[in-house]
Amino acid sequence: MWRYFGRKLFVYALTFFVAVTINWMIPRFMPGDPVRSMLARASVGNAEALEAMRAYYSSLFGLDLPVWQQYLNFWGSLLRGDLGTSVWLFPTPVSEVILGAVPYTLGLLVPAILLSWIAGNKFGAFAARGRWLDNTVLPVGYLLTATPYMWLGILLAWSLGIVAGIFPTAGAYGFALQPSLSWAFVSSLVLHWFLPFLSLFLVAFGGWAIGMRNMIIYELEADYSSYLEALGAPRRLVRRYAFRNALLPQLTGLALQLGTIVAGALLTEIVFSYPGLGNLILEALNNRDFFLLQGAFLFIVLGVLIANFVIDVVYVLVDPRVRVQMQGGAA
Amino acid sequence: MSAQQVPGGPVPGEGVGAGPGEAAAVGAPRRGNETVYFALRNPKLLAGAVVVAVLLVAALAVPPFLGGSPNAYVGPQAQPPSAEFWFGTTNFGQDVFAQFVHGLRSTFLVGLLGGGIAALVGMVVGFVAGYRGGLVDEVLNMITNIVLVLPAMVVLIIAAAYLEARGILVQSLFIGLTSWPWAARAIRAQTLSLATRDFVDLARLSGRRAHAIIFREIAPNMSSYLFMTFILLFGGAILIAAGLDFIGLGPPQGVSLGLMMHSAVSWSALQLGMWWWFVPPGLGITAIVGSLYIMNVGLDEVFNPRLRET
Amino acid sequence: MSGVSLEVSDLTVHYRTLRGDVHALEGVGFTMADGEIMGLVGESGSGKSTLGKSLIRMDSRMRHVRGTVRLDGEELPIGDQAAMTPFRYHRVSLIPQYSMSALNPTRRIGRMIDELLESRGVRPASVRAELLRRLDLVGLSGQVLRRYPIELSGGMKQRVVMVLSTLLDPSLLIADEVTSALDVSTQRAVAQTLVEFRDRGYLAGMIFVSHDISLVNQIADTIMVMYAGKPVEKGTAEAVVNGPRHPYTRMLISSLPEVGVTHAERRLEGIPGSPPGLLDPPRGCRFRERCPLAFDKCDQEPPFVEVDRGHWAACWKAG
Repeated sequence: MWRYFGRKLFVYALTFFVAVTINWMIPRFMPGDPVRSMLARASVGNAEALEAMRAYYSSLFGLDLPVWQQYLNFWGSLLRGDLGTSVWLFPTPVSEVILGAVPYTLGLLVPAILLSWIAGNKFGAFAARGRWLDNTVLPVGYLLTATPYMWLGILLAWSLGIVAGIFPTAGAYGFALQPSLSWAFVSSLVLHWFLPFLSLFLVAFGGWAIGMRNMIIYELEADYSSYLEALGAPRRLVRRYAFRNALLPQLTGLALQLGTIVAGALLTEIVFSYPGLGNLILEALNNRDFFLLQGAFLFIVLGVLIANFVIDVVYVLVDPRVRVQMQGGAA
Repeated sequence: MSAQQVPGGPVPGEGVGAGPGEAAAVGAPRRGNETVYFALRNPKLLAGAVVVAVLLVAALAVPPFLGGSPNAYVGPQAQPPSAEFWFGTTNFGQDVFAQFVHGLRSTFLVGLLGGGIAALVGMVVGFVAGYRGGLVDEVLNMITNIVLVLPAMVVLIIAAAYLEARGILVQSLFIGLTSWPWAARAIRAQTLSLATRDFVDLARLSGRRAHAIIFREIAPNMSSYLFMTFILLFGGAILIAAGLDFIGLGPPQGVSLGLMMHSAVSWSALQLGMWWWFVPPGLGITAIVGSLYIMNVGLDEVFNPRLRET
Repeated sequence: MSGVSLEVSDLTVHYRTLRGDVHALEGVGFTMADGEIMGLVGESGSGKSTLGKSLIRMDSRMRHVRGTVRLDGEELPIGDQAAMTPFRYHRVSLIPQYSMSALNPTRRIGRMIDELLESRGVRPASVRAELLRRLDLVGLSGQVLRRYPIELSGGMKQRVVMVLSTLLDPSLLIADEVTSALDVSTQRAVAQTLVEFRDRGYLAGMIFVSHDISLVNQIADTIMVMYAGKPVEKGTAEAVVNGPRHPYTRMLISSLPEVGVTHAERRLEGIPGSPPGLLDPPRGCRFRERCPLAFDKCDQEPPFVEVDRGHWAACWKAG
């Protein structure tokens, strides 16, 4: 058991190390002077303040130090939780800016991922082998997965938001409201949340429905299914077994798709000006706030790694084969 | 993580299972005919191919007739579709149709280059890892897993943000270099199953070199699988590029479908109700990528008789 | 052996393919007595597996064209999936070729068996003691019920399937190439176990499908040889092996160096030529092309007639 998780954790640790290294390398080895291009866009009128910022960032990048020392310093401040100071929201620390946005992103992502996975799997299994449903679900599902996240967001914002006027299309809650536990605020929060959630949900849903449909057909043709059918087991039982077994590869699929769905969430947030990490990244790009950009990157990578590990744990819990093999290895 | 495909979805499951080994014995011509026979009778494959072909022809053949730059201010501002401007005009009087067909060009180009590079890297890594095994396999596997877990799009955002010279080639290169891992994994698994077959053993015994065995014996026997993998990578590259362009990290001077959506949203096309500005680019991408996926299902049925409907 | 228990007449089954119907079984007729173990042999593609499948569950590509199957005097609705269901497992059961992978990999074996029994209207508790007794008979402890298939060896899984398939004492058991994945000594043990099942009354009759005529000879009471979708000879094992009437059977048996331990399939392929395609089967005797005795009359189809007491053959020269 420990061997299995140890191996997984090792890969994740290595991935994090690589991510941090990429993060460190990109500004230093890409052509151009990051500090200058950063300050060129910073909306600082005061010349004195500009000079102070310039000095601050130059020392932060530590461009005068030997490369290896720059690298170690980078890790040092990272491990102290210091991601630098935002240019866009100077002088707020980057970590603070990011922590303010993370709840919104998670609030979109977690329900969208879980619900689309559950609903997509149920629906895909339901559609499989029903001739009429299968022939509709398959193309619709493929079109949904082929839809760019932001485009579906744009269509929903335009149709249900602007034309129909049912849902607001920007922000996380009404401009006039202050965050509180009042009914007005919570209902506004939910209304603003719904469209971005829906567009994320729909694209992901299409993928899971197709995946399950293909997996369950494979399982229904497996030997254990044929055997049950030969012994006259009702379709219900055969399907239940097949569904359960098809869920396992779908769980692996979830781990593989995390990165894509996260990217989708970022794009969707931008469409809806939803104040999560996606919007933060856009602001960071527009303001050439590289510290914020890099901080957001590290947060996302960390989040994806943690989610991957959670899926690994769940997988062991639901697949007896892995469990048995691990026990066999230990004994 | 490139393709928005679900593993075990359109990727051929146990694709190479029964066919190739025996096929060599049966003789290629007969099998080739059979493949064509079923290909021409597969509605999914045909429908997908027709949509892709129509859009490809539009991308290749139309722009020369339009002349001029697609970003030029050629007409009245913010006009809905008309006989003169089929897809209407933008806030600035640019012809949306001209932008659309030029955008299709870059979309196909990114798909071809990005998907091609990813397929190349995936094949090299997959073949070598699967055929060599041992330590080489371990190391390549580790690298694959790392790149697999890293969210490709987010890495690309960071890279593109610092990159000042952003062309379609650089974009494709970056996309290709980040989206190969699942392909490498799949190809490795296929290679492993082929590497133990008799005809590979025979080639090995007769003293053929590793690369010769890989390219003469193994690759041809999974060519259908490789082709399908490439199609998925192609679609995935298009989607990633569209996302990057939408954030504003695309080629600054160019035209692309993602960039069109970026401009439409930036210049309030939604609020102004200028649907003709943002519907065509997204529809174009969805049509291309969706058709590719559906084509792939059709191809899977053609290559794997087990999946054919009866 | 008492009265007739299985009566198959004129059974014709086609496989639907995109190129047309493959005539996998054509006018198959034979009978089996109560308690009979019939070995069913033939090359791959001879229709022996199709016959086995037809008697319990046709797959979606198979089509019942005509012919009847009567089991204990009752007609089996073999072409009708739903109507056939009540007969499955209770009256007709199967030990599949793929026994090693026949158990759901993610269910404990005991739970899977219980769920299957319940779905077939049998209270698991009512057969629990019998299940344990039979597992013990094949050398498995009740512990296996708490295990997942992956925890068992291939041989253990096969024995579990043998016990499970026969748990409801079916009238007819189809054992489809059950030994082809095993080594020679295990093959014999499995075959002997099935004979013992019959002797104990766990099954009333069995069709033992195999390509290995020498193994079949060790356990079967009768042997039926199939060629290109038709039976060519049926008789007691002794009569078929020692006095084959059909030239195909004769060539099969003479191609064995001695009836004993050998891999018959390879020998079968040793007969020059290959069986005719069944997409559009030739008229007349289907073995004609490969037959050394063929003469003019062979372009008419030879009937499957009793050439000796309890010995049938389909050949103009057999009489």
